[in-house]
Amino acid sequence: MKILTGNDLKTGAVVWWTGNDWSIYVDDAVDVGDQAEEIMAREEAARRVNVPYSLDAEREDDGKVRPAHIKDRVRALGPTVRPDLTLKPQSPEAIDWVI
Amino acid sequence: MYKYDNYDQQMVDARVEEFRGQAKRRLEGKLTEDQFKPLRLMNGLYLQLHAYMLRVAIPYGTLNSAQMSALGDIADKYDRGYGHFTTRQNIQYNWIKLEDAADILADLSKVEMHAIQTSGNCIRNISSDHFAGATHDELVDPRPYAELLRQWSSFHPEFTYLPRKFKIAVIAAEKDRAAMRLHDIGIQIVKNDAGEIGARFFVGGGMGRTPMIAPMIRDFVPLDQLVTYAEGCLRVYNRYGRRDNKYKARIKILVHELGAEEYTRQVEEEFAHLLDQGVEPPRPELERLKPFFADPPFEDGPKTVDRSDPDFALWVDRNTHRHKHDSYVSAVISLKPVGGIPGDATGEQIRTMARLAKQYSFDELRVMHTQNIVLPHVKIADLHALWTELDAAELGAPNLDTIEDIIACPGLDYCALANARSIPLAQRISERFDKSGKTAELGELKLKISGCINACGHHHAGHIGILGVDKKGKENYQLSLGGSEAEDVSLAKITGPGFDEDGVIEAVETVTDVYIAQREDGERFLDTYRRIGMSPFKEALYGK
Amino acid sequence: MGNDSFDSEAGSLGVSPDEVQFRFRDDEVADHGTVTVDACCDQTNATAVRIEPGDDARALLPFLDRLALVEVNFPTFGDGRGYSAARILREAGYTGELRAVGDVLIDQLSHMRRCGFDAFAPDKRLDEEDAVKAFATWDNVYQSAADGRKTIQELRHE
Ligand code: SF4
Repeated sequence: MKILTGNDLKTGAVVWWTGNDWSIYVDDAVDVGDQAEEIMAREEAARRVNVPYSLDAEREDDGKVRPAHIKDRVRALGPTVRPDLTLKPQSPEAIDWVI
Repeated sequence: MYKYDNYDQQMVDARVEEFRGQAKRRLEGKLTEDQFKPLRLMNGLYLQLHAYMLRVAIPYGTLNSAQMSALGDIADKYDRGYGHFTTRQNIQYNWIKLEDAADILADLSKVEMHAIQTSGNCIRNISSDHFAGATHDELVDPRPYAELLRQWSSFHPEFTYLPRKFKIAVIAAEKDRAAMRLHDIGIQIVKNDAGEIGARFFVGGGMGRTPMIAPMIRDFVPLDQLVTYAEGCLRVYNRYGRRDNKYKARIKILVHELGAEEYTRQVEEEFAHLLDQGVEPPRPELERLKPFFADPPFEDGPKTVDRSDPDFALWVDRNTHRHKHDSYVSAVISLKPVGGIPGDATGEQIRTMARLAKQYSFDELRVMHTQNIVLPHVKIADLHALWTELDAAELGAPNLDTIEDIIACPGLDYCALANARSIPLAQRISERFDKSGKTAELGELKLKISGCINACGHHHAGHIGILGVDKKGKENYQLSLGGSEAEDVSLAKITGPGFDEDGVIEAVETVTDVYIAQREDGERFLDTYRRIGMSPFKEALYGK
Repeated sequence: MGNDSFDSEAGSLGVSPDEVQFRFRDDEVADHGTVTVDACCDQTNATAVRIEPGDDARALLPFLDRLALVEVNFPTFGDGRGYSAARILREAGYTGELRAVGDVLIDQLSHMRRCGFDAFAPDKRLDEEDAVKAFATWDNVYQSAADGRKTIQELRHE
């Protein structure tokens, strides 16, 4: 599936398009089909997101969303060398999901 | 060290206000991201993988305790409690909010610091020898010249939209501790046959995609023409540097395509013209700058240490550098603890280093391009006390210039341009060699890791270099050997096909084994490589 | 802005009459279209010329006496060649109008002014208030350039 990501203009936080808003959790991301350009243009113009782009991802059996490229998985979780600063500080095994 | 006068302060304050306005216009939608990007970059603000990143300039790597302390406070107040010292002698913060950026710049300006021109296609922060003003082997202190150039290059009206970024290094010793010839302009302060001091210009060096060693284009520029000559170099570049292809836009490509001789001819012509234009600052300005860098009041004292504690003795042997005064040394604080993140320091550690500088080093610190910190003037008599405090703060790693003293760029853990992670490699390699105890046996060995071809981790200049590449969406690493950023500058050569993460760590072990087997007395890894060439290493890595 | 006369909404000329938004000159706005650098060098009577980023501004030096207007085009604001072109003309003694045209934005104004531009015709009109502020960004300057301002280093040693 195709999902959208970008950064929050004010805070710089990584965000994912949920269908009507932006979330910091990649698992909230929805498939945008062929609507990517349109949504990005609209959302960027409204300054609800900064430098958005679309990417390939997969919805896994448990419903979780896995971006195809490692770079986007690093964005989704946080730095692999600082588990304490990722979105899942309590689960070090999350790092394996990135790699 | 240099102190701002009202003019300098005014300039920095004006910039803070300018940036505050720009950020506001961006948040209000008056500037598009395309328009804002070069403006924020010129204030060191990037958009990285996880957030905005702010890079703060540390001019020629020199700072005082109050400044260092402020850097620690910023880490705690605006970031997540740490900062990262870079190979450009700067510090960067990884978790910055655009809303806070102008306030951080305002906090910095209170201690005479800024983030001006730490990115963007302009003249970047000027780098220098981290032992400047302290080392036994320099001709003069290079920093007054670096400061002269800092002022000239700040907000230069003609050179703010160059074809590409522009980095200048200034040194004044035969030993090159600043990778001078791998800069766009490398300046060495020298003495001519008549005994006058002047500047030798090397232009067109660099790392990145197409690494090049800068050729010398002028062996002596009189000091009262220094700025004018630099202006000539830059004007030729601004006019004729390539703008059609980002990857060919650095000055090294221009110098290479024109040939050093033709580039030099054009610079000389422009220089001759500029000499009549009153570009040079008045000569008394240089004389005004020099006293800021005068020696602190050194005192005679013991010249040796008590070596009865072997841990302390090892640290002294590895982490201190000979000073021009024989009762002092420059002490290096390693930011490379075994298994740690190269160049990272917590707010608390940063403040500790600031306090120790105040107590033991006449209030002064330096940032090294190898991502370590120097206390330039430490009394030999104080070394043990200093080391004890460093050790307690986990800042006492005795590994300078060893295989554990790895340069690693932020790589894919932080950097939006990365292909692969750099930091985990550094962590695993330092752990492995620390555990096997081979570090000492290997002696001086410079290992440098970049997460992509931009080469922020200086892999081209590593005795052993590692470059992260993207192999069909997977991290892959190319190994190279034989680089040096020092006065014996050379570019590393790729060994052959790349490796995965485990593979490249094995490969590092393999090449060090070849070295140990083949070395002759007193040879460093680099010397052995230069003597025996690539083949024995290749054979060991890939078989026949 | 210093002591310059600041003449916003100046009368105008060049490619399109209404494009000059800021002008720091008191002289009459001459009324003639610009020609290319090549044409200017061939044509003995051209009095207005337009420099594109790849042009060599020095090709114009023999003709400076007859030129009343030089437009320097910035097709994109990130291409900084026009700054050198401007300074080169001023260094050679050109005193006519030097007009920045094209992708001229607020945040480039102060540097352009320092390089000798005295008229500005941005593609898109600029916010008046932001622009006035931008022209006044620097109370003092570190480099000598085409605006003849005393540098900080000179002021320190007066
Ligand atoms: S070398 Fe590449 S990955 Fe590393 S910091 Fe530089 S741009 Fe980022």
